[in-house]
Amino acid sequence: MDPETRMLPGEVRVFDPAGLERLVEALVEAGYRVLGPTVRDGAIVLDEIASAGELPHGWTAEQDAARYRLRRRDDDAMFGWAVGPHSWKQHFLPARARLWRAAAPAGQGPPTIEEEPPPERPLALLAARPCDLHAIAIQDRVLLEGRYVERDYALRRRDAFVVVVNCGVPGGSCFCASMGTGPRAERGYDLALTEVLDGGHRFVVEVGSARGAELLAAVGTSPAREEDLAAAHAVTDEAVFRMGRSLDTAGLPELLAANLEHPRFAEVAERCLTCGNCTAVCPTCFCTSVEDVNDLADGSAERWRVWDTCFSIDYSTIHGGSVRRSSRARYRQWLTHKFGTWVDQFGTSGCVGCGRCITWCPVGIDVTEELAAIRARDGEVDRALAR
Amino acid sequence: MTPVPHRVRSRVRETHDTWTLELESLAEPIRPRAGQFDMLYAHGVGEVPISVSGDHEGALTHTVRAVGAVTSALCSLEPGALVWVRGPYGNEWPLAEAVGRDLVVVAGGIGLAPLRPAIRHALAHREDYGVLSVAVGARTPADLLYVHEIEAWRARLDAEVDVTVDAATPGWRGRVGLVTKLIPGAPFDPENAVALVCGPEVMMIFVVRALVERGMPASRIWISLERNMRCGVGHCGHCQLGPTLICRDGPVYRADEVARLLEVREL
Ligand SMILES: Cc1cc2nc3c(=O)[nH]c(=O)nc-3n(C[C@H](O)[C@H](O)[C@H](O)COP(=O)(O)OP(=O)(O)OC[C@H]3O[C@@H](n4cnc5c(N)ncnc54)[C@H](O)[C@@H]3O)c2cc1C
Ligand code: SF4
Ligand code: SF4
Repeated sequence: MDPETRMLPGEVRVFDPAGLERLVEALVEAGYRVLGPTVRDGAIVLDEIASAGELPHGWTAEQDAARYRLRRRDDDAMFGWAVGPHSWKQHFLPARARLWRAAAPAGQGPPTIEEEPPPERPLALLAARPCDLHAIAIQDRVLLEGRYVERDYALRRRDAFVVVVNCGVPGGSCFCASMGTGPRAERGYDLALTEVLDGGHRFVVEVGSARGAELLAAVGTSPAREEDLAAAHAVTDEAVFRMGRSLDTAGLPELLAANLEHPRFAEVAERCLTCGNCTAVCPTCFCTSVEDVNDLADGSAERWRVWDTCFSIDYSTIHGGSVRRSSRARYRQWLTHKFGTWVDQFGTSGCVGCGRCITWCPVGIDVTEELAAIRARDGEVDRALAR
Repeated sequence: MTPVPHRVRSRVRETHDTWTLELESLAEPIRPRAGQFDMLYAHGVGEVPISVSGDHEGALTHTVRAVGAVTSALCSLEPGALVWVRGPYGNEWPLAEAVGRDLVVVAGGIGLAPLRPAIRHALAHREDYGVLSVAVGARTPADLLYVHEIEAWRARLDAEVDVTVDAATPGWRGRVGLVTKLIPGAPFDPENAVALVCGPEVMMIFVVRALVERGMPASRIWISLERNMRCGVGHCGHCQLGPTLICRDGPVYRADEVARLLEVREL
C-alpha cells in the first residue's frame, strides 16, 4: 500500500462532501448492505442507501414531547439533526424474524430443524449516533454476552461496519450528556465523523479500527490539521450545552427500588395509553415473543420471533391471568427496568438518553420528568396500595 | 437453543387434567437436574416451560397440567408422537447444601412435580439427610398427583409424609385443610433444616411465613417461582421479577432474597 495512504487506528483525517460520496461507494464495493438516514414520510428514517445523495441534505428535525417536525436548514448540513423514529435494532433484532422451519413429523427418522441462513451481506451503519453505539453495546450485553447467544441477532450483528457521526445538533428530547453516552463517541466504531460547517463544509474522521483505516484509504482524505481537530471538538463541546433535556442519574436504581409504590405511577398511568410506542422506538428494548405457526397443507412448522412490549397485558400472563393488570404496574415495569433493574440484570443502565420515547409518546410522557417527580417526592407511598 | 426432537415413550394420566410424559431423545439426550426446567414444544402449536418431574432409564420425565392450548396439546400426545425439547434451563434445588440437615419439602398442586425428583433423590441418598418431612397439599383428592408413589413414600419408616386436601370428597379419610396447617406439627428441627417449597405463589408466601414462625431463617427456605417465559435463556424479557430474570437466576430462589419483591403488588 502507498505509504501516503496507510492509516492506523487513532489517526484523524479530513474529507469534503465528495469524500462522503466515495465513502458510501467504498462501503457498497466492499460488499456491505449500507444503511443510512434518509427523509421519508416527514421523518428521517433509516433505510438501505446506495449513494450519499439519499442522505438528509439540509434538513433538521425539531423534537419535543409528542412532537417531531422536519425543518429546512439554511445550510447544506447532512447530519444536522439527532435521531429519528428508527433505531438500528430494527436491523439487528427485526420486529419480525423467522428463526427456523421444521418439517412435518411424519416419515422415518427424526425430523430436522432448518435454521434461517445468515444474511447475505454484512451491514454497514452510516450515521449511527454515539447514543446508538451505546444502545447496540447494551443489546450485545443482553443477547450475546450472557450465558446463551441469540443466534439470529449474532448473525446479523456479526461483521457490521459502524460509521458513527458525532452530534452537533442535539434534539429537544435528547439527554445523552446526562447518561454519559454522547454527544461524542469514544469507542465502538470503525470510523467516527464530525461534520464541521464553519465556513467550509468538511468531515473530520477518526479511525477506530484497522478495517476502518483500510476503507478510508479508498476514500481519499487529507491529514487533519490542528484547527480541524479543534473545530470537531468544538462541535460536540457546544452540543453538550444544547441538549433539550437532562436527568439526575445519581443512585437511580436505589431510588426506584425504594419507590415501587410511589403515587407518581398511578398519576402517570392516567395519561399512559399502554400503546407501547416507547418500547418500539427505544433502541435498547429487547423484549420479544415467539409465534409458532403451522402449515396445514404439509404439516411443517415455523418459529418466528416478534417484538413484544411490557405494556401489553399478555406480556406477563401466566395461567390464572396477567401479573401486571393495571397500567400503573406496566408503566412501573418500563421505568424501573430502564433506569433501575437493568443495572441489576445486566450491569448497565437500560437508557442511553436518545429521547425517542419522549418524542414518540403520543401523549408526551417524558421519562426525565417522571424520574424527577419521583426523586422530588422520594419515599411517598400510594395509599391505595397499602395492604 | 434449537429444539431437539423427542418421541413420547409413555404417557400416564395422573389426574383429570394432568399427565406425565416420558420422552426419549432422537438426538442428544437432555439431562436436567432436580429444580430445572425444559422448554417443550408441541409441533406447530407452541412452546412452554415445564419442570423436570423425574428420571427414568434415560428418558426425560415431565408432568404437565392441561390449562391451555399448548399444555393441552402436550397432554394429548400418544406414545410415539413427536415433542421438541430444549434445555435444561434454570438452577437446581440446593440438595447438596442440605446434606447433613433435616429436609422439609412442601408442595401444593402441580408444585409437587418439580419437587418429586428432589424427594426421590433424598430417599435414594437417605443417609445424607436428617429427618425427611414431606407435606403435600391438593385442592381435592382427585387433584393429587403420584398417588401410588406417595403411598409408597408413606409406607417408609424413614420419611414423614403428610397429605392434605383443601376440600374433601366422599371416601377421603385423610386430612382436610391448607398445607400450611401441616407445618406446625411437622417433625423437623427448625434450627437445622432446609426447606424446599413449590406451589401457587400465595401458598408459598404463607408456607414461608409458617416456616419462619417455626423458627427457620428465611435464608434456609427455597421456593420455585413461575412467570411467563418465552425463551428460557434470558433473552425475551418476560420472566422478570424486579432485579432478576427467573429463567436465568431462578426458578429456585432463597426466600429471603425475593420476599420483598413478592410483597409488591403486580411487580
Ligand atoms: C419454570 C416453570 C416451570 C413450570 N413447570 C410446569 C410443570 O412442571 N408442569 C406444568 O403443568 N406447568 C408448569 N409450568 C407452567 C406452564 O408453563 C404453563 O401452564 C403453560 O405455559 C401454559 O401454557 P398454555 O398455552 O397451555 O396455557 P394458556 O392458558 O393457553 O396460556 C395462555 C397464555 O398464557 C401464556 N402463559 C401462561 N403461563 C405461561 C408461562 N408460565 N410461561 C409462558 N407463557 C405462559 C401462554 O403464552 C398463552 O399465550 C411451569 C412454568 C414455569 C415458568
Ligand atoms: S428509554 Fe427513552 S431515552 Fe432512554 S434509550 Fe430508550 S428511548 Fe432512548
Ligand atoms: S409512555 Fe407513552 S409511548 Fe409509552 S406506552 Fe405510555 S402512552 Fe405509549
